[in-house]
Amino acid sequence: MTDFLLELLSEEIPARMQAKARADLQRLFTEQMTAAGLKAGAITVWSTPRRLALIARDLPAQTEAVSEEAKGPPEAAPDQAVEGFCRKNDVTRDQLEIRDVKGRPTYFAVINKPGRDTQDVLAEAIPAIIRAFPWPKSMRWGDASASTESLRWVRPLSGIVAIFGDDLVPCEIDGMTSAYDTVGHRFHHQVTNAVRAEPVEALVSDAQHPSTGSGRTEPGRITIGNADDYAEKLRACHVIVDHEERQNIIRDGAAKAASAAGLELVEDEGLVIENAGLTEWPVPLLGAFDPAFLDVPEEVIQLTARVNQKYFVCKYPPNAQDGGGAPPSAVPATTSPSLRDREEKLAPYFVCTANIDASDGGKAITAGNEKVLAARLSDAKFFWELDQKTKLEDHAKKLSNIVFHEKLGTVADKVERVVKLAEWLASLEGTGLLRANPEQTQLAARLCKADLVTEMVGEFPELQGLMGGYYAEKQGLPVEVSQAIRDHYKPVGQGDDVPTDPVTVWVSLAEKLDTLIGFFLIGEMPTGSKDPFALRRSALGILSLLIKNNIRLPLNNLANKWLGWAFSSLKTEADDPDLYLPHPLLGFVANLPNEDALKVLRSGDVAETALTIAPELAGAIIAAEIAVLDFQADRLKVQQREAGVRHDLIDAVFALGGEDDLVRLLARVKALQAFVETPDGVNLLAGYKRASNILKKEGGTSAPAEAGAHLPTSDRDATVRDGPLPAQGNNVLSYTPEKAEKALIDALDAAQPQVTAAIEAERFETAMTALAALRGPIDQFFEDVTVNDDDETKREARLALLARFRNAVHQVADFSKIEG
Amino acid sequence: MADTKPLSFQQIILKLHNYWSDRGCVILQPYDMEMGAGTFHPATTLRALGPDPWNAAFVQACRRPTDGRYGENPNRLQHYYQYQVVLKPSPPDIQQLYLDSLVAIGIDPMLHDIRFVEDDWESPTLGAWGLGWEVWCDGMEVTQFTYFQQMGGFDCKPVAGELTYGLERLAMYIQNVDSVYDLDFNGNGVSYGDIFLDNEKQMSAWNFEVANTETLFDLFNKAVGECENCLEAKLPIPAYEQAIKASHVFNLLQARGVISVQERASYMGRVRDLAKGSCEAHMEKNGWAA
Repeated sequence: MTDFLLELLSEEIPARMQAKARADLQRLFTEQMTAAGLKAGAITVWSTPRRLALIARDLPAQTEAVSEEAKGPPEAAPDQAVEGFCRKNDVTRDQLEIRDVKGRPTYFAVINKPGRDTQDVLAEAIPAIIRAFPWPKSMRWGDASASTESLRWVRPLSGIVAIFGDDLVPCEIDGMTSAYDTVGHRFHHQVTNAVRAEPVEALVSDAQHPSTGSGRTEPGRITIGNADDYAEKLRACHVIVDHEERQNIIRDGAAKAASAAGLELVEDEGLVIENAGLTEWPVPLLGAFDPAFLDVPEEVIQLTARVNQKYFVCKYPPNAQDGGGAPPSAVPATTSPSLRDREEKLAPYFVCTANIDASDGGKAITAGNEKVLAARLSDAKFFWELDQKTKLEDHAKKLSNIVFHEKLGTVADKVERVVKLAEWLASLEGTGLLRANPEQTQLAARLCKADLVTEMVGEFPELQGLMGGYYAEKQGLPVEVSQAIRDHYKPVGQGDDVPTDPVTVWVSLAEKLDTLIGFFLIGEMPTGSKDPFALRRSALGILSLLIKNNIRLPLNNLANKWLGWAFSSLKTEADDPDLYLPHPLLGFVANLPNEDALKVLRSGDVAETALTIAPELAGAIIAAEIAVLDFQADRLKVQQREAGVRHDLIDAVFALGGEDDLVRLLARVKALQAFVETPDGVNLLAGYKRASNILKKEGGTSAPAEAGAHLPTSDRDATVRDGPLPAQGNNVLSYTPEKAEKALIDALDAAQPQVTAAIEAERFETAMTALAALRGPIDQFFEDVTVNDDDETKREARLALLARFRNAVHQVADFSKIEG
Repeated sequence: MADTKPLSFQQIILKLHNYWSDRGCVILQPYDMEMGAGTFHPATTLRALGPDPWNAAFVQACRRPTDGRYGENPNRLQHYYQYQVVLKPSPPDIQQLYLDSLVAIGIDPMLHDIRFVEDDWESPTLGAWGLGWEVWCDGMEVTQFTYFQQMGGFDCKPVAGELTYGLERLAMYIQNVDSVYDLDFNGNGVSYGDIFLDNEKQMSAWNFEVANTETLFDLFNKAVGECENCLEAKLPIPAYEQAIKASHVFNLLQARGVISVQERASYMGRVRDLAKGSCEAHMEKNGWAA
C-alpha cells in the first residue's frame, strides 16, 4: 500500500473559492480511482492561496487482475470458426480449454486481464481531473492562449507535483509536466539572481534582505520526497499548507493580539476563513485608529473594516474600561448612545492578518494598514456628517430618480403605496395586534426608503434601513419611527429577528406586500430557481410577520386594493385632471378607450369596475390574487417544513378553498397533524380512503371540495365550503338500516353539528375530537354492511351515506390530499 | 526605506520607465485625448486584439469628472495618473516581474505585506472582461492586475496581462503623506499641489457647474456621427478615437447631472456600440478571425 501526493500550484486562487475547490478535488480524484477499481484509504485535501493539495493514503500498487471467460464453438466446429474465436479473444488455439456443455465438448477461452500499475492510472487521472475542474470562473493565459481551446484554470496553473510512494507520476498537460519540486512562500523563500543586474542603481539600502537588493528575484524551489515530508518541507519554507491550521493560527492569534491589549476580539468565523484563504503564513497584527471615528455607528466601522479591509474589530471587555492593562485611550466620551446601546462598545482597534513575518516585526505593515483604515473611516465619517445635513424627508424626494421596476415606477411611487398599505393595515379591526399610532406608522412608511439616496448607503448598500434608523434618531423622530425605518426590511430570511413593534410590523408588512403584489400583477412571478426580485423572501417575511404576531389578515382582494391605491397616486396635469402624466402603471389601462380608462383609474374598486369595461384587467387582478395566495401557501409549506409541519396537511386544508387567513390555516393544520398521527386519525383516514374509493368507482355522487378549491372568497366563514351537505338521511330511508348502518347515521348526526360549531369557533382540536367519534362506526360499517347491495335503493342510500361521511370529514380538511 | 529619501513622484515614473524599458517594453507617451482609464488607450484596447505580441508601458492621465472635489478631498481627483503596462502574451513570470518593479520603486516585500486579492475586471463600455487581482500593499490597493479574456466582445488570442499602477496612491504610500497635494513631485521643492491644485479647483467647477450642456450634447452626437462615418470608411483607429471622445463627453454630462437614471443606460449602450464597432472594424481591417 502506497501514499500519493498531488499538488496543483497556481497563481492566487480567490479565497472564497477554496473550500469548494477542495471538495471538488477530492470528489474528482475519488471518481477517477473508483472508475479504475482503486480505493484509497484516508484522503486529505488542503488549500492555500497558491496551491491545492491532495494526499491519498494506502493505494494498492496495481489495480486488481480480472479474469474473464468466453464460450466458443463446439470442438467439432470447422477450423475457420475456431480461429475466428481465437482472433476475437486474442488467444492462440493451444490456450483454449475444452469443457463439456450439455454433453458436447466445447472450446472456452480464459482471458486474464492483468492489473494496471496505479502509477499509470494516476498519470491519466491527473490531466483528466485538471480539465474537468469546475471553477466558478476560469481563464486562459500565456502563449497557449493564442487558441481558445487552451487549458482553463481559475488563474494561471504553474506547476504539478505528483508523487506515488517516492516515485514521480509522470504526466503532462498543455506543455506543463509533473515534477518533484514546488515553491515556498512568495517572499520568505526566494533567491536573488545576480546574473542579470539591474541597470538602475540599487534602490534600497537595507542589505539584510536579499530580495531588496539589485538583481532579479526568483522563487526558491523545494524538492518534495513524498506525501509524508510534503507539509513539513513547506512549513520550513514558510508555507502552512493545512488551511485549518492557518485558521487556528488566525483565530487564536487575533484573539491573543486583542487580549494582550486588554481588548476582546469580535469573533467572525467568515473572516477567519477568508484570511486563511489569503495567506500562506498568517501573522495577526493589532492596529489602532483615532477614537474620534467612534462617532460613526459601529456597524459602519465594522463593515468598513471587514468588507473593505478584511480586518477584525475589537471591543472593550465588560468592566475593563478603567485601565487594568487596557490601552491608554479611554472610552471615547463622544460616542452617543445609539440604537445598539445594550451592546458593548467598539474599541478603536483592529486586527489585520499579514502574510509575512516582517523583518521589523510588522511595524511598517501595521502603520500602513492603520493609514488605509483611517482614510476609509474618514470617508465614512464624512458621509455620516454630510447625510445628516439633509433631513430624511428631503432625501426622500430624490427617490423619484430611482427606478423600482420599469413597469412599477420609481421608489417614490413605491413609497406612496407603502404609505397607503401601512395606513390601511394599521387601521384594520380585529387583526390581533396592538394598535399602532397612525401618524407614526404613516411617517415611518414615508421615510423608510429615504436612506437609499444617502451617501453612506450608496457606499454600503447593506446598511440600508440601519442608516435610515440612525438618521431618524439623530433628527429627533420618535423611537417607534426610527425603529420601524431601521427594521422594516426584517425578517430577511429564516432565522432573522421578526419585528414585533406595531409600527415596524405594519411598515414591514406593507413594504413586502407591495413588492409581492406589484410583481405578481405585472406577471414577474419566480420560476424554478429564478427569483430575481427575491419574491420568495418577501413572501416568507410576510408569513413570519403574520404568524409571529398572530395577525389575522385576510389576504384576498389585496391586489385589487393595491391597484386602487396605485391609481389614486398617479398625477395629472394641474389644469386638466383628465390628463394623466406618463407613468408605467398606466400600462394597465393602455388598451381601454379614454373614458373607460378614466373610470378604472378613479374607481376605488378596480376589479369591480373593470369587470364590465375591462375584463382583461379584471382577469389579471383575479389571477394575481390567486397566484399570491398560492405562492404564500407554497412558502408556508417551505417555512413550516423545518417546524415539522407536514406539507400534505397544508395542502389538505388549503384545498378546501376560501382560506386566506394564514394564522387560522396554520392552527387548523397543526390540529389536523396532531389528529392524523393518533390511532383514531390513522383509522379514520383509512375509512375515508375506502369510502372515497367506493364513491369514485361508483362515480355517481359529485366530487366535493375540488370544484371550489383555491378560489378566494370574501366569505370568511370557514364551514360551508363543500356545497350543501346531503340531507340527514335517517328519516328518508325506505328500509330498515342494518345495525352498523344505523350507528354510522347516528354518529354523523351527532358529529356534524359539533364539527361545524367547533370550526366556526376556531376550536380545531374539538373539531378533530368530534371527527374521531366517526372512526368506530365507519370501521364497523365496512365490517358489517355491503354497500353494493342488490337492492338499488339500499345501494343508493349507502353511497349517499358514504358521501355524507366524506363531506363531514371535508369540513375539517380535504383528506384526499393526505399522504399515507 | 526609512533611512533613504523616498522617491519623488517623477522619479517613481522614471524608475518604472527604466524597469519596463529594460524588460523589452515600448515606452509610450500619454495619449493626447481625455479618457477615463489607461485601458482606453489604443495601445491597450486595440493592441489587446489579434495575434501579434505587444509589450508596452506608459503613463496615462485619467479624467473622471464626477470624482472632482474642488481640491478639497486629499484622496479624490478628477484628473490623475495611471501607470499602465501591457504584456502580450502574458509571460509566465508576470507576477514576479511586477513584484520586482515594486522593489525598484522602493517597496521592500519583506517589510510590507503584498497580497493578490481577487478582483475581476469588467468594462461594459468596452465589451471587455478579465480575471485578476487588486494588489494590496499593507491593505491598500496599489495596482489592478488583469488577464484580459475579451475585448470589444472578441476573445483575446493570446491573452494580454495588464498592470495598472495607481501612481498617486503609490507615491503617497512611498512618501508617507496623507494628502495627494503634499506629494513631492520633483524632489526639488515642487509639490503635486503646486502643479495641480488650481487645476482641480477650476476643472471641478467647470465639470460640475459651468460646462455648457447643450454644447456637450451636441459634441456627443457629433462624436457618435463621426465614429459611424469612420466605420463606414473602414478606418477603425479614428473611429475608436471618436468612441473615446463620446465616452468622455458622456462622463461630463453625468457630472453636470443632466442624464437621468433612465437615460443613462441608453447613453452607455451607444458608447459601447461605438467601441465594439471600432474593435470589430480593427479586427476586420487586419484580417483577424474572431
